[in-house]
Amino acid sequence: MDSAISDARTPLGASADNGLKIVVVGGFGVGKTTLVRSVSEIRPLNTEETMTQAGESVDDIAHVGTKTATTVAFDFGRITLDAHNVLYLFGAPGQERFWFLWDRLFSGTLGAVVLVDTRRIDDSWYAIDRLEHHGTPFIVACNDFGGPVRAGADVREALDLDPDVPLVDCDARSRESAKEVLITLVRHVQARYATAAGVRGELV
Amino acid sequence: MSRPGRDDAPDRLYTITRGRIGAGAGSPLDLVTLIVAESAAATGMQSEHVAILRLAEFPTSVVEIAAELRLPVSITKVLLSDLLATGHVSARHPRRPAITDPDILEQVLVGLRNL
Repeated sequence: MDSAISDARTPLGASADNGLKIVVVGGFGVGKTTLVRSVSEIRPLNTEETMTQAGESVDDIAHVGTKTATTVAFDFGRITLDAHNVLYLFGAPGQERFWFLWDRLFSGTLGAVVLVDTRRIDDSWYAIDRLEHHGTPFIVACNDFGGPVRAGADVREALDLDPDVPLVDCDARSRESAKEVLITLVRHVQARYATAAGVRGELV
Repeated sequence: MSRPGRDDAPDRLYTITRGRIGAGAGSPLDLVTLIVAESAAATGMQSEHVAILRLAEFPTSVVEIAAELRLPVSITKVLLSDLLATGHVSARHPRRPAITDPDILEQVLVGLRNL
């Protein structure tokens, strides 16, 4: 058992008491793990969750009788924000089976970053649709792969994004750039909250 | 390094939890609930429980424990429930809902800017 635990663990401070989540969703090879690694204080770790469902038809998974096991693997990193708050950054695949586990894994998430490769923009539609469905605040970040840059308006139109959803360019390899992406998301969540609070205030 | 649970026979996981299939949606443990050991390991304890107590010497999230033990999250939650029930660990649950708490959001922003 001992050898299974990595030697170079960086423990949290003793006063840490509030874990927060941000999820980075995107297609295969879009740079989710790279972005997580850029800002994480630990080497990204990998784990998985399995859910057994009866009678559901889901792709490429083990069948046991009539039950189906859905397994989703995801990476994560960690950022200590202050003496109490610890932010966990999850890189998760956006494919269909992942969304079966969204509520179990990512309920209460602060928000999501949809990481997009503008050469394969179609990969992101499903994730955006699901995030809207779950009411999760999100922003869209286009990872720079050195190809021709598509104009923001183009991407916004191709993704059919609401005008209030922030759309930014980023370089997932850069710590500063990844940090800016996260700051953009949190500011967006703040703005959404302020709007919601304002609406409530008017009703009172 | 292999992924947790992936290469394990299901019966190994079944044995670890003595047949319990996992804390489902009803589990109070979140991925980011921080676990803190409240006592040292006792002799005769299951090796996974001992490993958790060592990991949680400082606050450690459920998801980190799962990754370090290379076990699926649901199996890890079962093991943690055992230790919570016996008082060997305590749990610091995330404050909810962070999304409607402007103070927490401001703290997150300040923390990110200071990176």
